[in-house]
Amino acid sequence: MSSLTASRALAPVGTAGKFFAFGLDVLRALFRRPFQLREFIQQAWFIASVTIIPTALVAIPFGAVIALQVGGLIKQFGAQSFTGSASVLAVVQQAAPIGTALLIAGAGGSAIAADLGARKIREELDAMMVLGIDPIQRLVVPRVLAAMLVAVFLNGLVSVVGVAGGYVFNVILQDGTPGAYLASFTALSQLPDLWQGMAKALVFGLIAAIVACYKGMNAAGGPKGVGDAVNESVVVTFILLFIVNFVMSAIYIQLVPPKTG
Amino acid sequence: MGVEIQVEHLSKSFGKQLIWGDVTLTVPAGEICVMLGPSGTGKSVFLKTLIGLLKPDQGSIVIEGTDIATCSEKELYEIRKLFGVLFQDGAMFGSMTLYDNVAFPLREHTKKSESEIRDIVMEKMDLVGLVGAEDKLPGEISGGMRKRAGLARALVLDPEIVLFDEPDSGLDPVRTSFLNQLIVDLNAQIDATFLIVTHDINTARKVPDNIGLLYHRHLAMFGPREMLLSSEEPVVRQFLNAQRVGPIGMSEEKDADELEAEKDQELPPLPPIPLQLEPSNGIPRRSQRQPGAWCREHGVTPPPGSFEESMSMATGG
Repeated sequence: MSSLTASRALAPVGTAGKFFAFGLDVLRALFRRPFQLREFIQQAWFIASVTIIPTALVAIPFGAVIALQVGGLIKQFGAQSFTGSASVLAVVQQAAPIGTALLIAGAGGSAIAADLGARKIREELDAMMVLGIDPIQRLVVPRVLAAMLVAVFLNGLVSVVGVAGGYVFNVILQDGTPGAYLASFTALSQLPDLWQGMAKALVFGLIAAIVACYKGMNAAGGPKGVGDAVNESVVVTFILLFIVNFVMSAIYIQLVPPKTG
Repeated sequence: MGVEIQVEHLSKSFGKQLIWGDVTLTVPAGEICVMLGPSGTGKSVFLKTLIGLLKPDQGSIVIEGTDIATCSEKELYEIRKLFGVLFQDGAMFGSMTLYDNVAFPLREHTKKSESEIRDIVMEKMDLVGLVGAEDKLPGEISGGMRKRAGLARALVLDPEIVLFDEPDSGLDPVRTSFLNQLIVDLNAQIDATFLIVTHDINTARKVPDNIGLLYHRHLAMFGPREMLLSSEEPVVRQFLNAQRVGPIGMSEEKDADELEAEKDQELPPLPPIPLQLEPSNGIPRRSQRQPGAWCREHGVTPPPGSFEESMSMATGG
């Protein structure tokens, strides 16, 4: 009985270990030739096609909400001329990576998990291994790289659309001056903000794709298992990405001191 | 031609549940073997262990000097190139046409040109009778066709060992006997080692050179076809003749009370041993033995009516 409880209590540790081992396998397969260029391009295109429009649609309200919140607050200080700066800072530093995380996990990751899960329960992955082909190299690596690439692009997309959305709301709804909005862009934000946003997006793409692939490839128990795998992969990715976002932000603030306008 | 598989003291369990233990057998090179067993005795697990998809807890599986149970991942992927495996549902890649499915191993493993690939793929498609269906997706064809397509893909790299996971499940009796004939013809043609996992006794009685029976977490018996078909051993006899009287119950094995109640029941006589299925071109396979040869050598009298042409006709060869 005691061993049963112990094994139950330690089960999450085992799962975490297996996931980590899977991550290492992927890392090793990353450098193994031949590289699956075709699969990579197909997957990048596929992930981009399922995420671009939702991302743009999510980015507009993101930018608008920040503009509304910050704009109202900043008015009370009489510092309207800094609205643009605050908006850029918030969007580029936080909103863009978070928006990317939501979409890459919710749309891209779920699609990957469903695809690999279906292949797993139909024994396609077994068949592939038996044909002497490593599914990690053949299927997982191209997906991980594709997700990373697309995540970086999505990050750029959210930044642009978010800032533009903020601009529209500030200028049209809050009677801000366009010139002041644009002129204050660099007052608080700096170039490293953009780099860290892209670095975050890269890591988010990596984590989202590895979790989705891991969950998909370990789907078990028929069609229901695929549904469970997709569900778990999205939930786990969200949790991981928000934690990683926090950690990376904290490190970034330590490394690059905020600019004082 | 063909490769021998030596299995020694193999054990596998999931958690605390032992699937089978201490399985020792040698699958002879170039022969057809059938692995039988009641549902749920781990036949498919055995097959997956043989190709290294599952790691056994103990024991060794030696193929061409490499032990699959302990070798490195890299060696495993190399040794798997010797294998062709037909999965239960064909396991075709759902996003590719049948042609691409069959061409897949060639494109991944060889540097052949597309026209060479086309020749090989069409030859294999012809072999399994699927010419004309190359452009279909696996979702658009029947289960029997998927199986045959899976067989074409398994054969495309000219394997030394071909494993069949329940080739007859979900097929009608006519298709099953066509598939059985195909298996025998293929063996005659490519001389590879064949291992068929099934619980269809009709296949088991007529197709193989050797039969193995997995029962109650161990290998009950493994040997030449005639040895098992003439065996008086209760489990073997019950299973190969599909009888209710015997140690196998509805759920795994029977308890003492049930066995006690059956004690005085007269066992039905052993049915005659049918003739082995021959290649359709009439040229005997290399591993084929004379009908009744084993029985004569070992002084066993086969059940009356064995090895008669008419009998095998009656049961639909």
